[in-house]
Amino acid sequence: MNVVAAQMMIEPAVEVAAERAVWLAARRDLRLGLRSRAELVQALMFLVIVVSLFPLAVGPESALLKRIAPGVVWVAALLSVLLTLPRMFAADYADGTLEQLVMSPYPLPLIAAGKMLAHWLMSGLPLTLIAPLLGLQFGLEANELVVLVAGLMLGTPILSMIGAIGAALTLGVRGGSILMALLVLPLYVPVLIFGSGAVEQAMTSIDYSANLSLLGAGLLFGALAIPFAVASALRISLD
Amino acid sequence: MNLYKFSSPVTFYPLAGKMWPWFATLAGVFAVAGLYLGLFVAPVDYQQGEVYRILYIHVPASVIGMFIYLVMAGYGVLALTLNTRLSAMMMEALAPTGALLTVLALWTGSLWGRPTWGTYWVWDARITSTLLLVFLYVGYLALIHAIEDKRRADKAGALLVIVSSINVPIIYFSVKWWNTLHQGSSVSLAGNAIASPAMRWGLLLMTLACWMYAIAMTLVRVRAIISEREQGAAWLEGNKV
Amino acid sequence: MTLSVTGLTLSRGPRQLFANLSFTLMAGQALVLRGANGSGKTTLLRVLAGLTAADGGELRWNGEHWKALCAGQRAASLYLGHANALKDELTAAENLAESLAFDGVAVPDSVQRQSLDGMGLANRHHLPARRLSQGQKRRVGLARLALARKPLWLLDEPTNALDSEGVALFSRVVAEHLHQGGMACIASHLPLDIAAPVHELVLGEAPA
Repeated sequence: MNVVAAQMMIEPAVEVAAERAVWLAARRDLRLGLRSRAELVQALMFLVIVVSLFPLAVGPESALLKRIAPGVVWVAALLSVLLTLPRMFAADYADGTLEQLVMSPYPLPLIAAGKMLAHWLMSGLPLTLIAPLLGLQFGLEANELVVLVAGLMLGTPILSMIGAIGAALTLGVRGGSILMALLVLPLYVPVLIFGSGAVEQAMTSIDYSANLSLLGAGLLFGALAIPFAVASALRISLD
Repeated sequence: MNLYKFSSPVTFYPLAGKMWPWFATLAGVFAVAGLYLGLFVAPVDYQQGEVYRILYIHVPASVIGMFIYLVMAGYGVLALTLNTRLSAMMMEALAPTGALLTVLALWTGSLWGRPTWGTYWVWDARITSTLLLVFLYVGYLALIHAIEDKRRADKAGALLVIVSSINVPIIYFSVKWWNTLHQGSSVSLAGNAIASPAMRWGLLLMTLACWMYAIAMTLVRVRAIISEREQGAAWLEGNKV
Repeated sequence: MTLSVTGLTLSRGPRQLFANLSFTLMAGQALVLRGANGSGKTTLLRVLAGLTAADGGELRWNGEHWKALCAGQRAASLYLGHANALKDELTAAENLAESLAFDGVAVPDSVQRQSLDGMGLANRHHLPARRLSQGQKRRVGLARLALARKPLWLLDEPTNALDSEGVALFSRVVAEHLHQGGMACIASHLPLDIAAPVHELVLGEAPA
């Protein structure tokens, strides 16, 4: 066989369209996630249960519950997202597919972005959609619920992204989940403050737009910068 | 002078061995001078009485604790970009001192709070941010000790500190904002105008003392880390200073 | 095409795995890595793949310097480690499609199906990977190897779970790849019977 032609047959014909990576990775994780639907539902149930614990703990007095509602819903949302974070990389790390993703000619930051997007769609988004129901249980008004949802809509993707860094750094480490929580929770604090603060400001009829703008800015900045940090963390963990 | 010469653990080890006693001495000298000024010369605060003097430990500890984290972030950048082992070792050496000083800041803050406002803990912006900084230190230490492969631990720790340190100003800003929203404690721990020069000098000297102490401790610790990691290496055996 | 390794040095803790290791692999050649357990076969493959960084030394592809996981390295290499790299929840066919998608090659479904059939997985396309045997999972990997069109293959104990028929398949696939001008670096403690020029590198011994 003509050697030159033979070589051309296996020259890597990889003209990858980089943006496709996000879609490929997101679609993959979504498909995998939907095949283990039970897990997704469990995370939502966790949120509902945790939120319900608070009235049981502090008593049913409606004024008090209304006051603590933003904080309770936000903290519970944070913890729910935290619980689902290992799913982003741990299974792939264990069965060897993470290495394959890292070795893909597609840019790793974009693959990571796709995974973070899928994670948000399966954890952050459902809890954002369920939050109004929980807010109602605590006596929040319609306009306050809107601010709650808006804040969660902007904030939960940030939680997925920051969490991804923690998840990527602690792959395969013993005691990984708790360690990841320890690393990630302090970094969650600003999101918590702005998100829950916005609702409180709505409750006292102060202008809350600054908080939401800050969350939006955080989301933009995070979306641009964090995929690179996650890619770096993944390579470090596979070393 | 070729600074790169000292970026190898091999050459840094003896250098650190010679340097740390000087820094320890400086720390001692500054501490004595600072404490003398702060405890004996500076006037009594008319509102808080003698108690306020705890400020001379609280503020330097807090400032240096924060400063160390930024230095760690700097070493983290070096560790990831230049891939120098020593940078990662310096980070590992700095962290416990930084954590200790930050905890000391919290503790002294708490001791101050009790006689002054009646509670051991006050959720003001600075103390809360300091608390979060403790968590960041603990997180870093937990991470590098949980990962068994040293190379991976070094790089992971470096990335963590870099990412966290970008977050530190954001955390500080958000906590400050949170504090003003909630109209919590409106008393700032160092709110009183630092009027007298003795007070200013006292604070400055104590801050320098903390800084020298931190350097000395870090140099001692990095020698221990180098010696642990390079165990068995020939250069170390013949060179134990 | 040439892969050249010069002066590779790597230590894992106190043990030095490679000291100044150098070799060159040309198109159509295979390098088989042999050595006792723990001698560094897997580590060497991972260094060639870019997953692990060496302490010193150089890696070059067609004269061009390769830094760990650079674009060129990822585009040219296909690494199959100990793990099967299959998702349990996906079927054999879906796993193959996903792997090829991330390899950046567009292979028509019919060709993928044919390949799976050729690997002896004719009635198994729609089984989720968790229901495949180890040998069958390895065969899905073989199908990927055959279709992905990557020049450099880095294989870690590829025949491990394969039966004799599977081993024959593997040898055929590798031979075909080498004849087409590809190259392979294979770590194996089992004898390999490949109809093509094969060089051996034994790790864990001091150079003669």
